Amino acid sequence: MTTLPDTALARPRPASTALRPVLLYLAMAVLLVGTGVLMGWNYALTVINMGLISAIMALGVNLQWGFAGLFNIGIMGFLALGGLGAVLVSMPPVADAWAAGGLRTLAGLALGVLTVVAVVAVRGRMASGRAKTLAMIAVGVVGYLVTRAVLDPGVAAIEAVNSASTGYLGGMGLPVLLSWPVGGLLAAGAAWIIGKTALGLRSDYLAIATLGIAEIILAVLKNEDWLARGVKNVIGVPSPVPQEIVLQRDPAFVARAAEFGLDPVSASTLWVKLLYLGLFAVVLLVLLTLAQLALKSPWGRMMRAIRDNEDAAEAMGKDVTRRHLQIFILGSAICGVAGAMMVTLDGQLTPGSYTPLRYTFLIWVMVIVGGSGNNWGAVLGGFLIWWLWVIVEPLGNWLFGHIISVLPPGSGLAAHLHDASAHMRLLTMGVVLLLVLRFSPRGLLPER
Amino acid sequence: MDLLNGLVAFLNFVFIPAVAYGSQLALGALGVTLIYGILRFSNFAHGDTMAFGTAMTILVTWALQSAGISFGPLPTALIALPLGIAATALLVLGTDRAVYRFYRDAKAAPVILVVASMGVMFVMNGLVRFIIGVEEIQFTDGERFIINARAFKEWSGLEEGLALRTTQLLTVVVAAIAVALLFWFLNRTRTGKSMRAFSDNEDLALLSGINPDRVVAVTWIIVAALATTAGVLYGLDKSFKAFTYYQLLLPIFAAAVVGGLGNPLGAIAGGFVIAFSEVMVTYAWKQVVAYAAPGDWMPSGLLQLMSTEYKFAVSFAILIIVLLFKPTGLFKGQSV
Repeated sequence: MTTLPDTALARPRPASTALRPVLLYLAMAVLLVGTGVLMGWNYALTVINMGLISAIMALGVNLQWGFAGLFNIGIMGFLALGGLGAVLVSMPPVADAWAAGGLRTLAGLALGVLTVVAVVAVRGRMASGRAKTLAMIAVGVVGYLVTRAVLDPGVAAIEAVNSASTGYLGGMGLPVLLSWPVGGLLAAGAAWIIGKTALGLRSDYLAIATLGIAEIILAVLKNEDWLARGVKNVIGVPSPVPQEIVLQRDPAFVARAAEFGLDPVSASTLWVKLLYLGLFAVVLLVLLTLAQLALKSPWGRMMRAIRDNEDAAEAMGKDVTRRHLQIFILGSAICGVAGAMMVTLDGQLTPGSYTPLRYTFLIWVMVIVGGSGNNWGAVLGGFLIWWLWVIVEPLGNWLFGHIISVLPPGSGLAAHLHDASAHMRLLTMGVVLLLVLRFSPRGLLPER
Repeated sequence: MDLLNGLVAFLNFVFIPAVAYGSQLALGALGVTLIYGILRFSNFAHGDTMAFGTAMTILVTWALQSAGISFGPLPTALIALPLGIAATALLVLGTDRAVYRFYRDAKAAPVILVVASMGVMFVMNGLVRFIIGVEEIQFTDGERFIINARAFKEWSGLEEGLALRTTQLLTVVVAAIAVALLFWFLNRTRTGKSMRAFSDNEDLALLSGINPDRVVAVTWIIVAALATTAGVLYGLDKSFKAFTYYQLLLPIFAAAVVGGLGNPLGAIAGGFVIAFSEVMVTYAWKQVVAYAAPGDWMPSGLLQLMSTEYKFAVSFAILIIVLLFKPTGLFKGQSV
C-alpha cells in the first residue's frame, strides 16, 4: 500500500529549481524579521525559539511519516515523556519522599513490570486453549493485586510529604542539558514497547492505537502525583542559561547593555532568549544533518522503498517490521528530545496543557505543509506553521477590530466577533492543511 | 435486604449511567463505522461533527425557548433536533463536496483521506467555538427525574436511593429508535441495500448500476443524523462543551474498533463494552461489596481499580487488547 499521495493528486508544477528552498527560507526569515520590527524583538525571539523546537518535532514526524509512511498520531505522548525526562533529570531529589516510600514504590513498579512479563511469558510458552487463557488471567489478577498492595502505601507516603510544594520523588539534580538526550531515551523506550505491540497493525489502526497510547501516557502524567506532581505541575525546572535576575545584578552585564543603549531588564531578557536560540539551533542543526545523511544513505533509500511498496521490499529480503520499529523509535526519540527542550524553555512541566490538537495534529500540519519526505521542508513547515499559529490571534483581533468598528456600537454581533477572534487559530490551521493537501499535496518543498 | 441495597447501589451508580453512556457511544460509533464501511476511511472529524450538530440544536432550542415553546415534561431540544440534523447534514454534504470527493475521485490512499479529515476536524472545531464559544452549556429543561432518589427511598424503605433522570431514559429510548430505524433502512429499503452492497464490494456494486454519488450522499445524511442525535443526547445527559466533544472521539473510535470497523452491530456492542468497562473499572465498589458480603464486614479500601481520570485510558487499553488478540474486532470488521 502506498501512503504518499498518488501522482495523480499532484498538479503539474514548474520544474523545481535549487533556488526554491533558498527563496522560501528567505521569505520565512523576512516574516520573522518583520515580526521583530513590528511587534518587538522580545516577542520575535520567543516565536523563533518555539519555532526551533517545532522544527525538531516536525523532523521527528517527518522521519516516521515522510521516510517510512508510519501514521503516528501519538506525538503528544512522546513530547510529554521527554518533558518528564527533563523533570526527572534536573529537579533536585526530595530526600524525605525517598525515605518515606521511594524504594517501596520502585518495588511496586518492578512487580508491575514483572506481572506484564509473566503474562507475556505465559502467552508465549503455554499451548493455546482454555487453560492458557485462564492462566494468563490468573497471573494478571494476582500480579495486579500484589502490585497494588506494595505500591499504594508507598505512593501515599510520598504524596503526603509536603504535598503543597513537593509531594513527589523529585529528580536526580543533574544538569538540565543532560535531560535532552534522556528525554529522547525515555520516548525511545516507550516507542519500543508501543512499536513491538502496535506496528503490525494496519495504518489506520496504528493511528488510533497511537492516539490512545498518547492519551494513556498523559493520563499517567496527570494522575501519578508521586512521579511529577500531576496537574499540580512541576515549576522551577533549572535553566541551562543564566537567569535574567542574575544578569541584571551583574555590573559588567549592565555596562555592556548600556553600550548597546538598552536598559538592563530588556537586555537581560533578550540575552537569555538569544542563548536559548543558540542552544536550540545547535540541536536542530545536528539532528537535521543526521536526518539528511540518513535520507541519502542506503538505509534511507531502503526506507523509502519500503514505504512505496512494502511487498516488493519484503520480496527483496528486507525485514519490513524491524525497519518500521527502528524508524518508529528514532522518530519518537527526536520528539522526546523536543519535549525535554520545551520543558526546559518554559521552566515547568504542566501536563494539563498538553492537548492533541496543539501537540499532535499541529505538528502534522507542519510536516504536510512543509513537504513530507523532505527534511528541509519539515523544518520550514515547523517555523512557518508555528509562526502562523501565534500570529493568527493578533491578526484576527486586528481584523475583527476593523469589522467591529464598522458595525453599530453595542450590537450583539460585534461583541460575539470580539470573543470569537480567539478561535481563529484552529480554523486557519484547518484551512491551510486542506488547501495544501488539495493543491500542493507534496508540500512547499517536495521530496526529491 | 442488604443484597437488595447492593443491587440498587449497583443499578444507580453503575448500570444506569453505563447504559446511557453506552447508548451515546453506540450512536457515535455507528457514524464512524458507516463512514469506514462505505467511504473507507477513519473520520477524525466525527467528534466535531457531533459538536456542530449539538451546537446547532442548542441555538434552535434557545430560539424555541425564547418564543415560549416547550415540549412539556420532555426537553425542548427534542423539537429542535430535526433542524440540528438538517444543518449538520448540509455541513457534511458541503464538506464532502469541497474536500473528500476530490480524493475519492482520484482514488487516493485511505490514509490521505484520514489526513484530510484531520484538516476538517480543525475547521469544524474552530467553527463550533466560533459559533457558540467554549463555555459549558446546560440546555436540558422539562422534568428532571423520572425516579427521584428520595422518593424511591421512602417508597421502598431501602437505605440506597435509586435515581433515574429523564435524560437517561430518553437517551436509551431515542437511541433504540434510531438504531431500529437504521437497521430497517439498511436491511429493508432499496437504498439501504445498495449501501450495503457498495460497502461489501464497490466494483461489483458499480457494475450493477448503483449510483455511487447517491450512496455517498445518503451515507453522509445518515451520519449527520446519528452524530447530531448522539451529541444532543450526550449534551442533555451531561452538558455541552466543545472540547469534551472532541475528546469523545477517543471512546467512540475505541467502540467502533472493538466492535469491528465497518460493522454496525459491532459498533453498538462496542459502545456498551467500552461504556461498561469505563464505568466499572473506575467505580469504587466498596459500598456494593459491603452490602453483598455476609455480616457487617466492610472492605478497608475503596475497591476502585483505577481512579476516574483514567477512564479514557481504560477504553484504550481495551482497544489495544482487542487489536492485539482479535485484530478485526469482536464482530468481524473490514480491512482497507
